[in-house]
Amino acid sequence: MKNIIVIGNGMVGYKFCEKLVANENYANFKLTVFGEEPRRAYDRVHLSEFYDGKSAEDLSMSSATWYEENNIDLHVAEMITEIDRENKTVANHRGVKYSYDYLVLATGSSAFVPPIPGVEKEGVFVYRTIEDLEATEAYAKKLKAEGKLEAAVLGGGLLGLEAANAVKNLGLNAHVVEFAPRLMPRQLDKGASDMLQAKIESLGLKVHLSKQTQHIQGDKAIEGLQYVDDTELKVDMLVVSAGIRPRDEVARECGLEVGTRGGIVVNQKMQTSDPNIFAIGECALLNSMIYGLVAPGYDMAEVAVDNIVGKDNAMPEYIDMSTQLKLIGTEVASFGDALNDAKEAVDEITYVNKRNGVYKKINVTKNGKKLLGGILVGDSSDYNSLFQIYSNGMKLPEDPEDLILGSRGGDGEGLLGDVMDLPDEAQICSCESVTKGQICNAIESGEANDLGDVVGCTKAGTGCGGCKPMVKDLVDATLKSLGRVVKDSVCEHFDHNRQELYDLIQVKEYTTFNEVLDKHGNGGHGCELCKPLVASLMATIYADTANKEYAIQDSNDRFLANIQRNGTYSVVPRIPGGEITPEKLIILGEIGKKYDLYTKITGGVRIDFFGATLNQLPKIWKELIDNGFESGHAYGKSLRTVKTCVGSTWCRYGMDESVSFGIELENRYRGMRSPHKIKGGVSGCIRECAEARGKDFGLIAVDGGWNLYVGGNGGATPRHAELLAEQIDNETVIKYIDRFLMYYMRTAKPLQRTAAWLDRLDGGIEHLKEIVINDKLGIADDLDKEMSTLVNKFECEWKQAIESPEMMSRFSHFVNSEEADDNLVFVPLRDQKMPQHWK
Amino acid sequence: MEEILKQYKTTTIENVTVWYEAANVSSFPKDGGACVKYKGKQIAVFNFDRIGKWYACQNLCPHKMEMVLSRGMIGDHKGAPKVACPLHKKTFSLENGENLNGDMDAIATYPVRIEGDKVLIGFDE
Repeated sequence: MKNIIVIGNGMVGYKFCEKLVANENYANFKLTVFGEEPRRAYDRVHLSEFYDGKSAEDLSMSSATWYEENNIDLHVAEMITEIDRENKTVANHRGVKYSYDYLVLATGSSAFVPPIPGVEKEGVFVYRTIEDLEATEAYAKKLKAEGKLEAAVLGGGLLGLEAANAVKNLGLNAHVVEFAPRLMPRQLDKGASDMLQAKIESLGLKVHLSKQTQHIQGDKAIEGLQYVDDTELKVDMLVVSAGIRPRDEVARECGLEVGTRGGIVVNQKMQTSDPNIFAIGECALLNSMIYGLVAPGYDMAEVAVDNIVGKDNAMPEYIDMSTQLKLIGTEVASFGDALNDAKEAVDEITYVNKRNGVYKKINVTKNGKKLLGGILVGDSSDYNSLFQIYSNGMKLPEDPEDLILGSRGGDGEGLLGDVMDLPDEAQICSCESVTKGQICNAIESGEANDLGDVVGCTKAGTGCGGCKPMVKDLVDATLKSLGRVVKDSVCEHFDHNRQELYDLIQVKEYTTFNEVLDKHGNGGHGCELCKPLVASLMATIYADTANKEYAIQDSNDRFLANIQRNGTYSVVPRIPGGEITPEKLIILGEIGKKYDLYTKITGGVRIDFFGATLNQLPKIWKELIDNGFESGHAYGKSLRTVKTCVGSTWCRYGMDESVSFGIELENRYRGMRSPHKIKGGVSGCIRECAEARGKDFGLIAVDGGWNLYVGGNGGATPRHAELLAEQIDNETVIKYIDRFLMYYMRTAKPLQRTAAWLDRLDGGIEHLKEIVINDKLGIADDLDKEMSTLVNKFECEWKQAIESPEMMSRFSHFVNSEEADDNLVFVPLRDQKMPQHWK
Repeated sequence: MEEILKQYKTTTIENVTVWYEAANVSSFPKDGGACVKYKGKQIAVFNFDRIGKWYACQNLCPHKMEMVLSRGMIGDHKGAPKVACPLHKKTFSLENGENLNGDMDAIATYPVRIEGDKVLIGFDE
């Protein structure tokens, strides 16, 4: 048994452990790891997400028990201060000694703070660890309270821009100060930098180039930056991100060879000048270079593991620094020799589109045969293909400019042609060093059957994720080449997609989930994807409520309420069209008061109560129903609301009665189960106060009738609804919406809103018009009939539930006690309450 | 919060010292679950009728520390029985508590025995 000690528990140190644990000879070693930070290794690449609400735990590279489970002795918050090479021991800051056979230095780097007078002043920070971010955040809060909002980031490199984005997310005005005449000088040329600058300035960041700081102004705390050109920038905070310095102190003190500008010198096997000591990651000086990217760090970890277990492996002399990332919402990529550092005679091809903020440049050899490198800003969707062409030395098209302009001949083929034409050794995932051969082989050998399996067994795509589209293409192409059909099946339990299951259930008249699974499943037992899907299909086909077979319903449908953050529920009665009498409003107020519910008006013109426990739900609903309310189906994949403006009943501009028609439509489609939620809107004139064009179906009153729009939504990708028909009367509106919705319910994918469905519908809105208006497919009668069944069979499922003692037994937190969940903690919020924050 | 999690330790059938009679078989939906209170603990119990088995685990989802797992849907992943948390669809093996779609710590599982029409859960204390 040999002892391996790793000093440093960052991303690369962690990767070393992961690779060693996975090695077949791991049993011959005892692994001990020291980290000086108080927590185990976390993802520093995505550090800025800490301000987007990710916790330190979310960023963690492994679970809390991973080290223990793999027999690794992890010491956090413990700093190794001494290496005794003669006796092969290390000592921590308290003098406790540990002996090693192999020592791995993964001490990483620290932020480089240039020796500018005044950097010690209050309000100057670095951007490196979670502790740094916490300190910055606390200071920013203090500044904001004092009304001070200006903050600078010193350094316009990759990390500096990340830091600037983080500062902006803290609510401060961010200034980027860069010494060089362009942003990201190591990766970008002037044209690319200009484009990036324009993009980020449009988001409110300010960029100051060619600025050298002479000293930091202020008495105790920072008040500004004084530049050498006699100009200044008044700021209240500074984040220094001017580069990194390798952490080589402990190596230096024990006499290991270090570079003149820092870094522990290693050979291609990652060995230091002492063959029993290895150095990996940002502390290692390999090929006279410090590599500040995570991908080469991971490769170093693997090489070190191999050499320790006795397998030959070496780092290459040339290491690719190609990178693709999203900086402040802007795609940026650079690959190969992007800046022509080799100073060869090359042809530079540039495409600049200021309108769209896109810049693309490639360097090709004079004879037009080889791609040497390039830069992409604003649109890096071709990065994977270009990188493969570059790194595999693949043949270029006759006109190399097609690489960035696309072929204008019109055959529409992708840049690469067929992904299967790539050589087997082509590296697809550079973070995890996974080749095309490994991905295809995982499927060909039978080890993997789908994309999820491939990711699981090769780890491809688990780093930055940039290669995922190409991994998917390879998986699909390999499956196809093996004669296996690539289908959009709903989950592992069925080889059918949603539409096929719809037809099967309708034709064979199945009424239970188990029947469908037994007859058409793959022999499994269902899951959280196929169960609610089949429930929804049966509800659409038979006009059932969610009370039938409640165990296959999604949790919200099972309890007929939306589950909230702490496991309590919300209650939303239907208020059709948003019209409500004062008497009914008072009743709602009294119910909210009686059950102490947080109360709010929703975006869809109704009233939402929050904080109801499972045991309270039926009591609240009984009172609501006794007072003439019914379920609002706010929890279902079904119609939510039809939002209305007040229309010609009151409005002096109104062209028609939008409220009356909105109520009629909401009552018509209430309770109907669909692939996803559906919202409607009715506006009384073109001023469009009901925002009808942001809904799945929307109406606008015009001279001579209604204009009907379909396929709009807000959400993550807002989309305006498209015009389906103009100047039609109420009856025609209903006929067309009936057919539109029914056709959508029949053919959409699971959880696909009408907007996404219409986007992918072959022929788009024109095709839809042919079906809905002209009945080109001859299915309009069927659609009308199916919809009228749904409309006529409507029943309030909450009324069903409270009238059946058997259904009522579902609404209890415990089966063996009347008590409510004792884990709930509420805290006050303004004059109401809310669940305590998640940790 | 960590304190709540510590209450739940996987119990194997060999270590059971107490068989707690929780409720009637009919109190649990077929192919679904319900929650049982035992002293300070909340235990999710599942009647996996399709395969004729019963499972029990902590009701606490370790992701956000909420008492919700009994309200999750059950099913299988490549044959291994699992439950999906209703909050964010984290899935856990009902056999050994392992987190199947992430790298969270495993949840605690408990043995279940059916005697007549009674459901008993095994604890080690």
